[in-house]
Amino acid sequence: MSLPDAQTCKTEASARNKMTMVEALREALREEMRRDERVILIGEDIGVEGGFGGAFTVTLGLAEEFGHRRVMDTPISEAAIAGVSAGAAVGGLRPVADVQYGDFLFIAMDQLANQAAKLRYMSGGKISVPMVMRAPVGATTRGAQHGQSLEGFFMHVPGLKVACPSNPYDGKGLLKTAIRDDNPVIFFEHKLLYGSKGARKEAGGIEVLGYVPEEEYLIPFGQAKIVRPGRDVTIVANLLMVHRSVAAAAILAETGIEAEVIDIRTLVPFDWDTVTESARRTRKLLIVEEDNLTGGWGAEVAARVGEFCFGYLDAPVRRVAAPDTPVPFAPVMERFYIPSVESISAIARELVSSY
Amino acid sequence: MTETDLGRGRKLAMYRRMLLCRMFEERVYYMFLEGRLPGTVHQSAGQEASAVGVCSALAEGDVVTSTHRPHSHAIARGLPVNSLMAELFAKTTGCCHGKGGSMHLGDLALGMLPAIAIVGGGIPLATGQALAFQYLRKENIVACFFGDGAANIGTFHEAINMGAIWNLPVIYVCENNRYGASTAVEKVMKVKHVADRAAAYGIPGETIDGNDVEGVYGAMSRAGERARAGAGPTLLELETYRISGHSRSDPGRYRPQDEVAAWRQRDPIESYEKTLIAEGHLRSEDAGQIKASVEEELDEAVKYAEGSPDPAKEECLTDVFA
Repeated sequence: MSLPDAQTCKTEASARNKMTMVEALREALREEMRRDERVILIGEDIGVEGGFGGAFTVTLGLAEEFGHRRVMDTPISEAAIAGVSAGAAVGGLRPVADVQYGDFLFIAMDQLANQAAKLRYMSGGKISVPMVMRAPVGATTRGAQHGQSLEGFFMHVPGLKVACPSNPYDGKGLLKTAIRDDNPVIFFEHKLLYGSKGARKEAGGIEVLGYVPEEEYLIPFGQAKIVRPGRDVTIVANLLMVHRSVAAAAILAETGIEAEVIDIRTLVPFDWDTVTESARRTRKLLIVEEDNLTGGWGAEVAARVGEFCFGYLDAPVRRVAAPDTPVPFAPVMERFYIPSVESISAIARELVSSY
Repeated sequence: MTETDLGRGRKLAMYRRMLLCRMFEERVYYMFLEGRLPGTVHQSAGQEASAVGVCSALAEGDVVTSTHRPHSHAIARGLPVNSLMAELFAKTTGCCHGKGGSMHLGDLALGMLPAIAIVGGGIPLATGQALAFQYLRKENIVACFFGDGAANIGTFHEAINMGAIWNLPVIYVCENNRYGASTAVEKVMKVKHVADRAAAYGIPGETIDGNDVEGVYGAMSRAGERARAGAGPTLLELETYRISGHSRSDPGRYRPQDEVAAWRQRDPIESYEKTLIAEGHLRSEDAGQIKASVEEELDEAVKYAEGSPDPAKEECLTDVFA
């Protein structure tokens, strides 16, 4: 189910002003830390005086307000950051862990996939692991080890929830929900959506500021949002790809093709209702993800929609994703590698005009 | 070394607890051979003094973390034998409702995190639990068991360093039983003692005879006192030996027979029995009675486990999320 448009409008009408994703996430952390003493932050370079508030400034100023007891700078030890957070969560805290780049989560994979994700199950439901692991993803001309998209990996692990907001409003509301969730949540943030450097060229000049209301709100997990309604083709995307899909939809509209764009917002739990309802209505589905094509989250969506909506579809389910190579460095290669407004609109057009 | 503050009652309790560990595993092993239990087992026969010595020094609310070889830790921590046996039988009445099995025994409410069967995987979790104790200003400590094999995996370094810099109330207890599966510790470690590595983290390290239950109790008590006072972790290395193979199917041919024989001579239970008799705390007929009472407890546990219901197969779908 998507949030009704009216609610979004009301929210925007009462907004004090626009803010960046970084500011929205910081506000979520600050509010939750004020609300609940058990919320602590654990990560590298997140609270150092004169430092930068984490790799992307999200925690800037929080150590000043909450002290180093609650904003804990760690050694460069991603496995321990994840595992200590999971252990502290079992022990009654609600840690929000922080790695500088999502790529570093591979170092912590055992602690996330074997420990945090499975403790509840192995204990027969006796314990819970209320932790959040924040991780920046997305390619930004940093090459193969600082630009991956990892949602598919974590979506595959039973016991982990996965959030991937595309804008400041969702970022704040979903992060607050993640912190209050009694399960481990992997919280992906796209580097080009942080907005700390304004509308960056790599992001295609997208609007990184968004309305964030003054009053408190939470966004439940498992509720996708139809960000643009349309009748001809459904485009499902997350993170940066939502923005590119919306831009592609605008181009398609110029030639009379009305694409419906769905921001999936959380991959676990996944809002199958909204996606399948839309696919049955438009009869065509395009999935857009920044991750490598093979085994990405889009493959799961394609499989399920193929299974649940077979009789409704007029065309094969299509995917636009990164090719199955590491993330390249050269800007010219990276631009080719990441799904673009052009590649999205081209495939969508093909879907609509060929079937 | 031997602690003198232990009264007769405590000494006999430790003796009985070690017997319970040993006889529990003997029972379990035979039942596995008979095909009455699913899965596999990693036995800890020979290492009971370490489990019981450490856990006897713990207080209510303290937490133990364990490994793929957790039976004795769970018994030493005082988890009900019925629920442990039932878990091995994969019954709903097991401590993990049949979702854990031998390698994940535990019950946090009773002071033991479900055992972590990835080598070294529990060390960060133990450190995090200790962080929670410190943050919540509790006086509790964590006893983090792991083997010599875990001393060479990355989480050992990352987590102990973090525990050290934050002065967390956690005792890192390395049960050095001289083999990681079939690989002798000398082949995979250049330093002589795991505890030598404590210096690298700026915390105390101590290598002691892990087969001397009172010595283990004493060392753990001192380390625990230090941790409760806010002075941070200790790396305790308990030198011990598993008399049994690595797992159910391991006959242990990689170990020299004379080495096994020599360690059998140092059996922690037999030697403690002799000590208690020499100290006048135990007569050999008392020992027989205690063993008989342990047998009875185990009979009861097996009966309880066998009589318990199997979980409904659909229960595999629950407890993924809170």
